[in-house]
Amino acid sequence: MKGPLTFLKYNRDGDLLFSCAKDHNPTVWFADNGERLGTYRGHNGAVWCCDVSRDSMRLITGSADQTAKLWNVQTGQQLYTFNFDSPARAVDFSVGDKLAVITTDPFMELTSAIHVKRIARDSSDQSGESVLVIRGPHGRINRAVWGPLNKTIISAGEDAVIRIWDSESGKLLKESDKESGHKKTITALSKSADGSHFLTGSLDKSAKLWDTRTLTLIKTYVTERPVNAVAMSPLIDHVVLGGGQDASAVTTTDHRAGKFEAKFFDKILQEEIGGVKGHFGPINALAFNPDGKSFSSGGEDGYVRLHHFDPDYFNIKI
Amino acid sequence: MKRLPSWELIFLGLDFDSISLPPGEDFGIKSDDEDIYQEDNLEHDTGFGNIVIVNNLPVVPREKFEKLEGVIRKIYGQIGVIKEDGLWMPVDSDSGKSLGYCFIEYNTPQEAELAKEKTHGYKLDRSHIFAVNMFDDFDRFMKVPDEWAPPETKPYAPGENLQHWLTDAKARDQFVIRAGSDTEVLWNDARQSKPDPVYKRNFWTESFVQWSPLGTYLATVHRQGAAVWGGEATFNRLMRYAHPQVKLIDFSPGEKYLVTYSSHEPSNPRDANRVVINIFDVRTGKMMRDFKGSADDFAIGGTGGVTGVSWPVFRWGGGKDDKYFARIGKNIISVYETETFSLIEKKSLKVENVMEFSWSPTDPILALFVPEFGGGNQPARVSLFQIPSKEELRQKNLFSVSDCKMYWQNNGDYLAVKVDRYTKTKKSTYTGFEFFRIKERDIPIEVLELENKNDKIIAFAWEPKGHRFAVIHGDNPRPDVSFYSMRSVQNTGRISKLTTLKGKQANALFWSPSGRFIILAGLKGLNGQLEFYNVDDLETMATAEHFMATDIEWDPTGRYAATSVTSVHEMENGFNIWSFNGKLLYRILKDHFFQFLWRPRPASFLTPEKEEEIAKNLKKYSKKYEAEDQDVSMLLSEQDREKRRMVKEEWEKWVNQWRQLHEEEKLERQKIRDGEASDEEEEYEAKEIEVEELLDVSEEVLSFDD
Repeated sequence: MKGPLTFLKYNRDGDLLFSCAKDHNPTVWFADNGERLGTYRGHNGAVWCCDVSRDSMRLITGSADQTAKLWNVQTGQQLYTFNFDSPARAVDFSVGDKLAVITTDPFMELTSAIHVKRIARDSSDQSGESVLVIRGPHGRINRAVWGPLNKTIISAGEDAVIRIWDSESGKLLKESDKESGHKKTITALSKSADGSHFLTGSLDKSAKLWDTRTLTLIKTYVTERPVNAVAMSPLIDHVVLGGGQDASAVTTTDHRAGKFEAKFFDKILQEEIGGVKGHFGPINALAFNPDGKSFSSGGEDGYVRLHHFDPDYFNIKI
Repeated sequence: MKRLPSWELIFLGLDFDSISLPPGEDFGIKSDDEDIYQEDNLEHDTGFGNIVIVNNLPVVPREKFEKLEGVIRKIYGQIGVIKEDGLWMPVDSDSGKSLGYCFIEYNTPQEAELAKEKTHGYKLDRSHIFAVNMFDDFDRFMKVPDEWAPPETKPYAPGENLQHWLTDAKARDQFVIRAGSDTEVLWNDARQSKPDPVYKRNFWTESFVQWSPLGTYLATVHRQGAAVWGGEATFNRLMRYAHPQVKLIDFSPGEKYLVTYSSHEPSNPRDANRVVINIFDVRTGKMMRDFKGSADDFAIGGTGGVTGVSWPVFRWGGGKDDKYFARIGKNIISVYETETFSLIEKKSLKVENVMEFSWSPTDPILALFVPEFGGGNQPARVSLFQIPSKEELRQKNLFSVSDCKMYWQNNGDYLAVKVDRYTKTKKSTYTGFEFFRIKERDIPIEVLELENKNDKIIAFAWEPKGHRFAVIHGDNPRPDVSFYSMRSVQNTGRISKLTTLKGKQANALFWSPSGRFIILAGLKGLNGQLEFYNVDDLETMATAEHFMATDIEWDPTGRYAATSVTSVHEMENGFNIWSFNGKLLYRILKDHFFQFLWRPRPASFLTPEKEEEIAKNLKKYSKKYEAEDQDVSMLLSEQDREKRRMVKEEWEKWVNQWRQLHEEEKLERQKIRDGEASDEEEEYEAKEIEVEELLDVSEEVLSFDD
């Protein structure tokens, strides 16, 4: 990739890996050998996020060029463009892929917003109309995902508060507790395989595990560096955190090559078990293959690293 | 002058009571309020604070009055502005002669104080030495009752055992850390690999904290002065010392005295700062002596700090008895003793051009350095003086010297003088050492030059309690580290080199306080490289790293070392605790980390012979502790296992809850997906399986007894 990575997503079958970066062109790769399949051309700005439908036919991307686009995964063809008045950021397909949530950044006088769009079965029927728009003066929203049964939308961002919204009325249902919650911008959010709990990562150098339905804080993982990306293993009770450095500390950081690492924690005991080094810059994206046997990391250095676990990984005991 | 009854009456010892002081005086009764210190208030409410009384003047007849007055005016007019009609010399009405004393009134109490300071003890001539007092002092003295009443004996209230921390059953050491606005004292519990809290307090100090040299007290610094804390189980405030705007403090080695320092902006911006130094008795809080003057007076020699003064200004000598303290002045060394807090023999030691001095850590011996002057006519020299006799014990002239630095070994056995010499061309310098063997007869001196004379000396350190020293030398980014001993195999009176380690990433040396082991550290630009080296066996025990470490400190027993990253850096603030041989025991991260200080221990009561015996028979003594250690680690694993089991159980509950909900919603999900196959079938699941592994097969033949 030519630019710093921003997001990584595997498809449901675990054979494709989609990457987004600041270089405008999301790319799709074979997940097992890292061979590049193709790129999706059309955006004019950094691409922040993407999601792929359950049948791996459609891809949705959110970009700083104030649009979100629907693509045909196989052909690379642009199916539809949703236009907004400010840069688009997070995107997520609902269960069943009939709806999508797209967030937009605060821009000039506009506050940040969460848009729900209907996704038509046949792209020629697609309209740009929003089913629901939720506005709020909460700073930039970095991630938004659907809750169980599409009944709720969960958002998290710059103001360090996690919010659960009713997906039909747009009413705010729950907010994360300020005392126990994150203290700085939430940069990343990752749901468990069954959606019952999710992990958030923040610049406050910690990651937290929450119950999706009650927004109760279950676990906290503490590291030494601001967290930019999080992922949960679908197979074993491990959590991975990736991060970087404060921009202000650039000149004092360890510049020894390849020392940025993805840190593994025991999900239940909250203890660090190890790390995988190799990136030359802060890690911005992490994703586990749904089969739990490999994971990928994307960094500020423009590299996507694919890691397959050796058998010992599955025997780790603390 | 205020209207008073006539002066004669006062000094005939009568009627002092007719001087009425304004109501509301509270001399010497300090407010008990928590944070209100009685300010160093020179404005006495009497209104007589700017009057001094000068005694021991010559008694002269009327004819000489004018002349005497003139002399007095000349002396006292230089110090401040004498008020109009402010000089009064009382006269004996019978004899017509002066009574031998006079009153001088200034406009401000500061001038009066200064006059007292500067002229008390002034020798007008051999038989007339001025005795100067503040007017207000007399009032105090007059209040002393005529009848002596024996002081009440208060019932004995035993004080807290301030040394209680030394009796810790697990023989742990304490340390204090400052992070953010918190100051915390903790035990280093190496067995449990974590710190154990003792006491924590928010805003305990307003700037920094400092332990007393034997660890009895923790000192904190505030706007109004300093305070010390200590106690048996917790930290109570034991004493306060008033010193407004105090900036620096220093304890005497035996913890008897506390020296405090402040520097104030002068009224005339072109003058140097005004410096105030107070010396307090630690236990009673009484101020024993104060020193006031301009920063210029205190800044001779050494390198100046922010205020141009190198701290501590007063250096203590004579070991733990706290008998002497000295400071350097222009061409003098002023040595004071603590019986009377005045100069020994009432005068300073005159040493022309003296630049640097240091005490032996254990004996009352002063080492002085005088640089070269007179354009090479007078060579530089290092001299050793015995105190209090001021006898010069040893001297060595050094030629072509540009600079020197003195290092004492901590038992006072040796003094190393690092000498930078000009080459013949005077264009560059090379370094050598002069070693003084203090405890040997006639103090022999030995000269040492490095193998490569031109190597720059980056660091030098004596082995504590030992006969060895380490030097980092060289010009590359990876200098060499050499170890020497003051003894050699053939001859205990000759220095020998033990080894040179080449190309090390080190720029600082940290010996263990019990000697034998040393950390070669690369601080600052070298990013925290650490090498734990055994000097007995001359081998490296471990190499490690504490990225961005700024400070390293061994615990007082030499068992553990702490490395820390302070808030000089923005990230990675916190500290690491290592075992003496370089194993990382635990790591604590704390943002805005300012200080890490081990609590010092008092010296061991064992004789050196007993210590040697224990070192030889260490195995015998350590057996019983090994058993204890085993027990503790078993207990720990038990506790750990229990904790983990509970955490896992709690998690199981969550997972079961979720599974239930997930099941219930299964049907709905299928609907949303237009009847697509439910996800359960295709989800991966991790199962724990037991695998039997054959480790070893061995045959053993047993013999039968019939």
